[in-house]
Amino acid sequence: MSAPDKKPGKRWAIWLPLVLFGGFFVLVMNGLMRPADRDIESAMVGKTLPEFTLVAGSPERPGIATEDFRKGDVRLLNIFASWCVPCAAEAPQLDQIARAGVPIDGVAIRDREQDIARFLARYGNPFATIGKDDISEVQLGIGSSGVPETFVIDGTGTIRYQHIGPIMERDVQTILAEVKKAEAPL
Amino acid sequence: MIAEAGLALLWFAAALALLQLFASVMTLVAGQSEAELGDVVRPAAIMQGPLVALSFLMLMWLFIRTDLSVLLVASNSHSAKPFIFKLAGTWGNHEGSMLLWVTVMALSGSLVALVERRLPERTMIATLAAQAFVSLGFYAFLLFSSNPFERLPTPVPEGNGLNPLLQDIGLAFHPPTLYIGYVGLSVAFSFAVGALLTREVGPAFARAMRPWVLGSWIFLTIGITAGSYWAYYELGWGGWWFWDPVENASLMPWLAATALLHSASVLASRDALRTWTIMLGVVAFSMSMVGTFLVRSGILTSVHAFAVDPERGSFILALLAIYIGGALALFGARASTVNEGKQFSLVSREAGLVFNNVALSAILGIVLLGTLYPLLTEAFDTKVSVGPPYFNPVGAFFAIPMIVVMAVGPLLRWRRDSFDRIAKALILPAVLTVGVIVGAVVLAPGIGILPLLGLALSIGLGIASLLPLLGRNLLRTPLATWGMVVGHFGLAVALFGMASESAFSTEKLVAAEIGDTVEVGPWSIELAGIEPVAGPNWTAIEANMIARYKGGHPVSLHPQSRNFTQPPMTTSESALSTRWNGQLYAVVGEEGGDGRWQLRLWWKPFVPLIWFGGLIVALGGALALLGRVLGDIRKAHQVRRIAERREDNPLGDAMPEPAE
Repeated sequence: MSAPDKKPGKRWAIWLPLVLFGGFFVLVMNGLMRPADRDIESAMVGKTLPEFTLVAGSPERPGIATEDFRKGDVRLLNIFASWCVPCAAEAPQLDQIARAGVPIDGVAIRDREQDIARFLARYGNPFATIGKDDISEVQLGIGSSGVPETFVIDGTGTIRYQHIGPIMERDVQTILAEVKKAEAPL
Repeated sequence: MIAEAGLALLWFAAALALLQLFASVMTLVAGQSEAELGDVVRPAAIMQGPLVALSFLMLMWLFIRTDLSVLLVASNSHSAKPFIFKLAGTWGNHEGSMLLWVTVMALSGSLVALVERRLPERTMIATLAAQAFVSLGFYAFLLFSSNPFERLPTPVPEGNGLNPLLQDIGLAFHPPTLYIGYVGLSVAFSFAVGALLTREVGPAFARAMRPWVLGSWIFLTIGITAGSYWAYYELGWGGWWFWDPVENASLMPWLAATALLHSASVLASRDALRTWTIMLGVVAFSMSMVGTFLVRSGILTSVHAFAVDPERGSFILALLAIYIGGALALFGARASTVNEGKQFSLVSREAGLVFNNVALSAILGIVLLGTLYPLLTEAFDTKVSVGPPYFNPVGAFFAIPMIVVMAVGPLLRWRRDSFDRIAKALILPAVLTVGVIVGAVVLAPGIGILPLLGLALSIGLGIASLLPLLGRNLLRTPLATWGMVVGHFGLAVALFGMASESAFSTEKLVAAEIGDTVEVGPWSIELAGIEPVAGPNWTAIEANMIARYKGGHPVSLHPQSRNFTQPPMTTSESALSTRWNGQLYAVVGEEGGDGRWQLRLWWKPFVPLIWFGGLIVALGGALALLGRVLGDIRKAHQVRRIAERREDNPLGDAMPEPAE
């Protein structure tokens, strides 16, 4: 329309939004690069397992209690449920870990025996023992906030590592390394 | 086949967006001579809407049928779920909600291309180029990183439910409402970029953009109001706003849109504030995207966080960098060549609007800073977040002067005015404001400074907001003026509710045995019994309470503590009793070991006015939008009639739509 009348003092302000946006970008990039502390980690890592005794969730496997974790071998405690889709996704990786010689104890959360049986028939059974936790007693006691989660328990019954969410292909090596670490006493 | 068809439709729409971008850029570069390519732009934009909408319907169909061979359905639905929640499950997850986003975006693109004929064609082509460029990013996001139609290798026997907190009818329609608001701002963004590219920043641009800003602002207002009410009754914490990152993510675009709305009005009627309006157009959409990014990336911890995935976060961040970084760079390069437009004096309606624009932007900056603060401190290895002690006083520092100006501004004339002219009209609201302050200090001495000012200003603003109607023929007052009056009045109503809630609420947390009576404010509440109840996918303990207001007629309340089985989760269902002067809010909690039950009771005077006021604000927006659209139609009709008379062209009457 009319001729532009530039005020020299204002010209730098035009670039201010872009500079601010640049600052925002750097800030969130920095935030995205550190994904580790986004999960809710259990305050129980480094502590001993709470006392519990669970009845068997499947006729093929015995149930599980706290004293089974104090026999000197490193074990994985896997919180799962037949109704949980990500649990099905982690089944092949659990198999792989079981084949590597790590005993895995399953805790089925709010589940029914026939559903567990169907789940195991479909996705395989990597578990040494399976306990039924109908009131999320173990889940809450161990500080787990969701299903699935997997804990590395050392030979004295101390929780050494927590994995939140399904164990994917890329997590298998991490878990095996944590098992190795847990073989040495704290 | 349904899933594959949906995916194919999406790809087809994305291809059309690519064509739209290519054709419009070629036209812009080559100039007017390449008219053939330019003719492709509008049809390409128009076609995308139906295609994507159809694709969305396909996904809906999959959810209705609970097709468990589709990953998204299997992980978010369940065959036993009530029908309405199966339907809402379509968008109650990351992929589905992004598809909804793209659907709304494509439909608005169609609408713009179909009806907007007032702008110079070159500006329109540039606008549609920007729109296609933005759409392409979201198509890519859907197709490459969040495909909603992905199949499972083997179907699962049963789905994985939906977050029980999200199994709520209000919430089912909350995200779509916000999305319409967010996406409407993308259209405003495209207009701003189009105007910048072709240097056509003027009243015509503002008039073309305004309905979109108004429309999305209405939806944002409703969305925020509904979201606040949802958090209030569903979370069971008794609060109505938590300054949670997700809430802030919806508030920030609203603040920007509010500022944009007002500055666009100045540009449309007075041809001033050109640069500022353009910048707000860019900022408003930036805030929608920043909001989406913050929610989706899970970079901030929130009660709402779902679909937390850093990879997706990176994708949205990349889109953000391209669009917002690009637009702001364009703004830097072009804005200095845009004339600021007409001048105005310090006492004028423009000045009032500028003041409020600055205050709104400052509040926006405060909310943004507070929301990002945990990230800022995390960069220095401590994790600190800020809450109401920061947001409330710092925000009020700008909000209070803004409310004062809001009361005065609409009475001022454009360009130049004097306080003397309007002083007489303002005596009543001013006296009432001071009166409320004095009265409250005498009658309720313990009241905090912010609630006190809030109460007083809400009364003053409530009266002052009606003054522009004074001395007018109410039947001939333009709808847009009605919209402004109603909108401002609604804000006063909401403000009164907020101030009253924070000044006069009483709370009781007790462990009660069955048969006990608890007093809260004017209410006495008896715990008559506790019973187990069961729903389709949950079990609960339900308290039976008998409440009496000042010993009057008994009202029964049934708050529940619900246990969902799939996935296992406990939620508390609050029970509310609403009176004209407030709301009683009851929550039942755990059983103590000794047979006593945890009860949480609040009496919140005038709290429903918060949401009622929010709806009035939205109604004001709707009136203004209706006024503008009707005005545009009438004007288009007149222009056409004049053209007809001149050219004596009888074909013009054949089209009833305001297409020309």
